[in-house]
Order: sequence, then C-alpha cells, then structure tokens
Amino acid sequence: MNDLNLDYTLFIPEYFLAGLVVLLVVLDLYVTQVKKSWLSYIAAAGLAATAGVSLCWIDKQSNFARIVAIDNYTTYFRVFFMATGAIVCLASGKLVEDKLRHPGEFFALVILSTIGAIGMAASRELMTAYLSLELLSFSLYILVSFEKFDLRSNEAGIKYLLLGAFASAFFLYGMSLIYGVTGSTYYSDISANLSQGTDKFEWALLMGLVLMITGLGFKVAAVPFHMWTPDAYEGAPVAITAYLSTTSKAAGFALLLRLFSGAFQVVHDDWSWMIAGIAAATMILGNLVALQQHNIKRLMAYSSIGQVGYMLMGIAGLSHNTASALVLHMTGYMVSNMAIFIVIIAWYNMTGKEEIGDFRGMRERAPLLAGVLAGALFSLAGLPLFAGFVTKFILFQAVTDQGYYWLAAIGVVTSVISLYYYLQVMKQAFVIKPDEGDEALLPVPLLMNGMAAALMLGVFYVGLYPQQLFDAIDNATGFLFV
Amino acid sequence: MHSGYWLMATLFLPLITAAVLVGVPDSRKDIVRYISVTVGAVLFAMSVFIFFAYEVDHGGGYQFFIRYDWLENVAFLGPHGISLALGLDGISAPMVLLTGVVAFGGTLISWKIEHHNKDFFILFWVLVAGVYGTFESLDLFFFFFWYEVAVLPMYLLIAVWGSSSVFETFSRTKEYSAMKLTIMLVSASILIFLGIFAVFKEAGLGTFDLQQLYAYHFDENFQKMAFPLFVIGCGVLAGLWPFHTWSPDGHVSAPTAVSMLHAGVLMKLGAFGIIRLGIQLLPEGATFWMPGLMILATCNVVYGAFAATAQRDFKYMIGYSSVSHMGLVLMGLATMNQIGIDGAVLQMFAHGVMTATFFAMVGSVYDQTHTRDMRQYSGLVHRMPLFVFFFGLAGLASLGLPGLSGFVAEFHIFVGAFRTYPWAGALGIFAAAMTAVYILRMMSMAMFGPVDDKWNDLKEMTYLERGTAVLLLAAMLFMGLWPAPFIDRISETVRVLPGVS
Repeated sequence: MNDLNLDYTLFIPEYFLAGLVVLLVVLDLYVTQVKKSWLSYIAAAGLAATAGVSLCWIDKQSNFARIVAIDNYTTYFRVFFMATGAIVCLASGKLVEDKLRHPGEFFALVILSTIGAIGMAASRELMTAYLSLELLSFSLYILVSFEKFDLRSNEAGIKYLLLGAFASAFFLYGMSLIYGVTGSTYYSDISANLSQGTDKFEWALLMGLVLMITGLGFKVAAVPFHMWTPDAYEGAPVAITAYLSTTSKAAGFALLLRLFSGAFQVVHDDWSWMIAGIAAATMILGNLVALQQHNIKRLMAYSSIGQVGYMLMGIAGLSHNTASALVLHMTGYMVSNMAIFIVIIAWYNMTGKEEIGDFRGMRERAPLLAGVLAGALFSLAGLPLFAGFVTKFILFQAVTDQGYYWLAAIGVVTSVISLYYYLQVMKQAFVIKPDEGDEALLPVPLLMNGMAAALMLGVFYVGLYPQQLFDAIDNATGFLFV
Repeated sequence: MHSGYWLMATLFLPLITAAVLVGVPDSRKDIVRYISVTVGAVLFAMSVFIFFAYEVDHGGGYQFFIRYDWLENVAFLGPHGISLALGLDGISAPMVLLTGVVAFGGTLISWKIEHHNKDFFILFWVLVAGVYGTFESLDLFFFFFWYEVAVLPMYLLIAVWGSSSVFETFSRTKEYSAMKLTIMLVSASILIFLGIFAVFKEAGLGTFDLQQLYAYHFDENFQKMAFPLFVIGCGVLAGLWPFHTWSPDGHVSAPTAVSMLHAGVLMKLGAFGIIRLGIQLLPEGATFWMPGLMILATCNVVYGAFAATAQRDFKYMIGYSSVSHMGLVLMGLATMNQIGIDGAVLQMFAHGVMTATFFAMVGSVYDQTHTRDMRQYSGLVHRMPLFVFFFGLAGLASLGLPGLSGFVAEFHIFVGAFRTYPWAGALGIFAAAMTAVYILRMMSMAMFGPVDDKWNDLKEMTYLERGTAVLLLAAMLFMGLWPAPFIDRISETVRVLPGVS
C-alpha cells in the first residue's frame, strides 16, 4: 500500500469549484454592492474558466490512491458537467432576481452538485462513488424545492427527497453485498475477484446487482423507478428541471459506465438481461405516457425518461463501441434538451405559462425561440440535420452489433411515437395563431436569444460534423476498458 | 468524367439558401421570392446540365462521383465508415432532371404565398435538398439521412400552408392530413432503419459505403429476410397498396408547390429506394419476393384507378390517380426484366411531371374559388382556355396518349409485365383504360359544357403559372417525342443491375 499515489494537484479543478462556491456565498452575504444578477454571470464564468483549466489533464492518465481516476473520461465529463452548470446558471438569472433572496446559495448548490457529478464519473471505488452521488443528490433535493413559497416546489422536493433516500439505501445495501462477496470496494479488485468464478456466491452477487441497479435506476429515472420524475420536474424551478434532465442523468450514466465496465463487465451475463428489460420498459412507458401530457415540464419529464431508455440500451450491450455511442447520444441529448429548456424558460419568464397549449403563436411572438424549439424537438425525435439522428443511429447500430436487435427495434418504434408528441408542441408554436391582442413581438432578452441560438449551433455541430467529437468520446471511453 | 462538385452543388445550394433565408427579415417577402426563384432557376439549369453531361456508353458505372469522408475510423466504423459519397447512374440522372424541373416550377407557383413565405421557402429548400441527396447518395447512411430530410419539413408545410377539405358528411383538416402523412412515412422508416442495422451487422465491413456493400454477397436467407424491410419501408413512400392512404389525404391538404414536389418527386424516392436498397443490395431477396410485390402493385394500379373514378374533388382524383400510376412503377420494378424496369424509371419521370402539372393547374383555380369540388364547375374552357389546354394535355399524358411522356413509359411497363406476369399486364392495361374514364369524365364535367354564371369572375392563369405549365409541359413533350436520351441512360444501367433478365 506504499505505492499509493497521493497527488493532491489532480483535484485542482474541484478546488477551483469549491472556491467558487465560497466566493458566491460570501459575495451574496457581505458584499452588498454586487447585484444579484451579476452572481449568475460570476458563477457561469467561473465554471467556464474551470472547464478550461481541467483541459490541462488531457492525455495525462493518473489516479488518486486508486479511488479516483483522472483520465480523458473524467476530463470529458468535467467539461460536460461544468458546461451544463454554466448554462443553467446563466438561464436562471430571472428566477433569481424575482424569487430568491439569497441567490448565492442557489448557485453554490448548483456548483456543489457539479462537483458531485464529476466525482461520480471519476470514482473507481464504491464508497467514493456513493459519496459523490449523495453530494449531487443532496444539492438537488434543495434546489428542487428552492421556490419556498410555491407548494408544488415543496411537494416536489419532499417526494424527491424521500424516494431518493430510499434509492440511496438500496444502493448502499447492494454495495455491502458486493463487498461481502468480493471483499473489496475497488472496481478493479471486484472485477479481479469476480473473474475467478462466482459459483459460490451467485445469489448474493445477483442480489447485490439488483439492488445497485435499483438505486441507480432511480437516479437516472428508469422505469419502474421513475415515479418521482414528472412531479419533481413539474415542481422544480424550470432551470432546475433543465438541470435535472441533463446533469443528474448524465452523472448517473457516467457512474454506470465506469462501474459496470470496471467492476462487472466480467459477469456481463448476470446483469445485461436486467438492464435490457429495464431499457425496453423505460423506452415504451416513457414515450407512451408522454403522449398524454399537457404540461410542458411533465412532457419533457416523460420524454427524458424515454431518452434514458435509449441510453440504457448502451449499458445492456456494454462494450467500448456502445459506451462511445452512449456518451455521444448523451451529449447530443444534453445540447438539444438544453436548447428546448432555454426556450421554455424564456417563454415562462415572459408569459408565466407552462402548458403546451400556451405555446400557441410562438412563431409570431418570438420567432427565434420558435425556430430553436422546432429544431431541438426534431433533434430529440431523431430527425436528420440535427444531432438526434446521427447519435441515435450510431447508438442503435452499436446496440444491434451486440446482438440486441429487439432493443434497437423498440428504440426505433418509440422514436416514432415521440415524434408525435413533439409535433404537437410544434403545432402550437407554428400552426395555431396567437390570441387576439396577443400578437405583438415579445421582448426576449438578448441573453436568452443568444443562448438559444448558440445551443442550436451546437445541435447542428453534433448533427452535421461529429467526427472530432466522436473521436474525443471514443478516446475517453477507451479508458473504461483498460 | 465530370466533377462531382456539380452534385455537391445541387445538394448544398438549397441548404445554403435555406440558411440564408433564415437571416432575411420577415417583412421582406420580395427578397425571399427573388432569392428563391433565382436559386430555382440555377438548380434547374444545373440539373439539365447534369442530365445531358451524363455520358452514355460509359459501362453503367457511377459518374460525377465524389466522396467526402464524414465519420470514419472511430468505434465500429472503419475507413470510409460513413462518407458523403455522391454519384449518378442512368437511373438517378433522369431523377435529378425531374427534381430540377419540378422544384423550379414549385418556386414559381409559390411566388404568390403571402403568409410567412420565408418560413415556407426555408422548409421548401430543405425538402429539395433531401430529394437531391437521396437520388445522389451512394452511402447507406446518407441515403437514409437525406430520405428523412425530405420527410422532415412535411408536417409544418402542410399544417401551416395547407388547406382542409370539407365534404358533406365529414371533413379532413390539414393538421390531420399532415400528421397522418408524417407518422405513416416515419413509421415506414422504422423498417428501413432496421434493415440498415441488419445489413451493416451482417456484412461486417465497418462501412456504410453502398458500392462496397453491393460487392458483398449476403447470405440468401438473410436477403430473403431483409428485402421486405426495405421494400415495404420504401414502398410506403411510393404509395404501395395498402399503405397508400397517407398519399391522397396528404397531397390534397398540401399547398400547391408541396403537392407538386411530393407527388411529383418525393414518391419517386420510395421507388428509387426499392431499386437502390432492394434490387441492388439484395438481388436474391428481390428475385424471391418480386411476385409478392407484383400482386400488391396490381392492387395499386386497379384500386387507385377505381378510387380515382369515385372522386369528385380534383385533388383527391389526382391523388388516387397517383396511387394508380405509382402502382405502374412498382409493377415495372416487379417484372425484374430489362424492359419492365426501364419502363418503371421512365414512368417515374413521366408521372412526376404530369402530376406536378395537375397540381399546379388545380392550384391556379383553387386559389380563386376555394373549392375543389368538380361538380361546382362547368364550362371552365370559356373562362380559362389556357388552363384547360394545359390540364387537358396533362390528362392526355396521364391516360397514355402517344407523343406524351406517359405512353413511352406505360408501353415499356406493359411489355415487361406481359413477359413475366400476363395477368398483371392485362389488369394494368384495364386500369390504364379506367384512367381515360375518369380523366375524360372530369374534363367533360368541369371543363366543357355551358358556363356557370358564378364563375364569370374567374381569371386566366397568372404568367408565373403559365411559365410553370410551359416548363412542365416541355418536359412531358421532350420525353414523349424524343425518349432516346432517357432510354439510353436508363437501359444502360438497368442492364447491369443484378438479377435482371
């Protein structure tokens, strides 16, 4: 144990983020000259700068005491989560100005959860992974209920907290069983021990896997552990809904990928059927129930559940190829989903409405937002020119190559179903006329228009020129399988 | 050999136009129109050039070939994994010409669109790019990519700029038709998706390059399994019975230019897909399944003709006649012999210009009267002689009058069909006779006879509509009177198709 690498400089980006957390709280509490709206810019700028700093670790493979790996996979997700965090911080400017007395806390929690998410991607040890997961989850419990005087927000917070605590307990119990049968919490040791045969403890292993998948399934909102999702999404402030549907899910998958490729790939047959079943159920249920929604946040909740199903396919047929395809799809999904949420946030800020029917006449009143909405919805439905087509195509092909024809078939069929409800939203925005007297152009803030346009360019970038991104992702996921 | 950049240009010019139009202010409808018509003219000129520059006696290989590697050497993709490979053979060359003609006509007809014409043309150009891309792609991924691009704008094009139909007992809203068309076409794509996944895995070449996949010999059982996926998947877009129901509803509700492009060109993508992905990729599957396709195609031809006879709405009649005529295309393909497939490709072109003319003409009347019920009309020839002239010529082409495009095509198909399935050939000729029934009856009901006073204010077609009609009619006469340029190109390529006798 003397050869443990205790290089504390590996965490410099996380130190920066922690410093940013303190800075934001202090600025908010003691430096009254700072306007509230500036805090969102400071938080976003800090996240962006730290993302830049974390690029210094490209191609420098290292680990901290074997519990945390700093490799290209970690670097990719550091940038991914910080970018998402920065977008959310910028997008919540109006919420913070109107509703919060102490916005410093709000941004501090977003950044803390980012640290947790990074930890989930980087951990190569179960306890560390669990602690990171809890850091993310606790920050999110608070953020979801941040609109203190809104009953729905409180309800969402409680639901999310109670069910989340249960899920964590499942996860912990599963961990303890795995520890019991393998004698270690290090992914690499678990893998080494499992490869020596599992005959003596087959049932305990299976039980441990079931419990861990249950816990993680809750975090990523997979069916049948998805019940909290629509309520939490509906009650949370819109910016946090966006955050839940991207960072929280992506972090869950980052952890799943690291864990299952590092520790459980040798017993692939023991769990792949479970994940495949969950993936199928998630795709079907998410997309079917989405058909009935009339609140845009609930619609996006079910749509994101459907998306989780697609991503779970990649875990079911886990290999280097599917892992790359999964991360590519997740990235495309993040950009498209964020673009849609920017539109929803901007629309909500101006009109105070969040029913799908309230989107009517968006083409007349906010043309740029309507255009971005259409493009991003097409992207989620998986139509070409936009990110969704190529990422889904690659993902489904990778899954087919692993022999899961039936999963790919369900994926394609449910994609078509999803097009139906995305088109319903588009119908409101483009076909239905605005109400009488409501036809004037809305004053969309430059920031929102700019972010929507920038994200739309991102959607086109992934959809039309994916070579560089996919190369980077393929390189990053390569470190999972060393 | 000509440069493949010509093909790149036909593909990217519409896309760039769409991107440029995004930047034009909503209020400058005139700029949108000028840009679009100019681009339409340039595309038309390029398409004509490409068609004539295609060299016959070249051995049937791909010309204008160009390749841009798009995504390769990553994950499961090897060298040339996914490449934007474009090229023409004798089948796609006439299709490019067709697209150029109809797209230019569509821009002229759409000059009069007032409501958000910028949005309309953005979607229109995306649609055109998708059509060119599908005809020109030699990569399985991009074939499907552009195929879907062509379907993508349809919902908004129909739901925003389309028109609803009201009948005595029921109505068809444009939103309904738009959703029906989109969902049916995208659902059909499911089968193509699965076919592509299976083909890629089965071949295991790590590339979607069609020429490499053509060279690979797929296991015979696999071919039999995968062929129906492609043929039904593409067949829905070609209006294959019993999956044709989107077609009349969609074409009726769509705005004029979109009907022209959709019935005129887009349905051909389906038939073209059957050649590219069915016959060329899986020849043994094709040999096995073609009798089945012949049965369905015969249903198409006969059912479409009867249904068209029952219609009293101009556009529904044309829509069902499209179903019938696309059935002839499928019938030609199902013969699997040289002359039949020649005829199928000829019919693709012939039906394209003819049906585009129909829709353009109906649009010119509907925009004035806002009714398409032919019983409301009488003696139109006295008010709109030019309109009747063009409509009549398209009708005559439709029923296969010699000297117009339809005759050349149908003649080939029937000869091919009689060689393999005489019963199908006989039923096809019977349906062609039915065409005469419904076309001539419509002419006598609406065009001739005494003038109805309520149409005293009807004006002749506008100059732009006349220009469109002349353009389309020229294409019809060109093929009808001098089919050699078409037949040379098509037969040379069809001769080397695998499995064709």
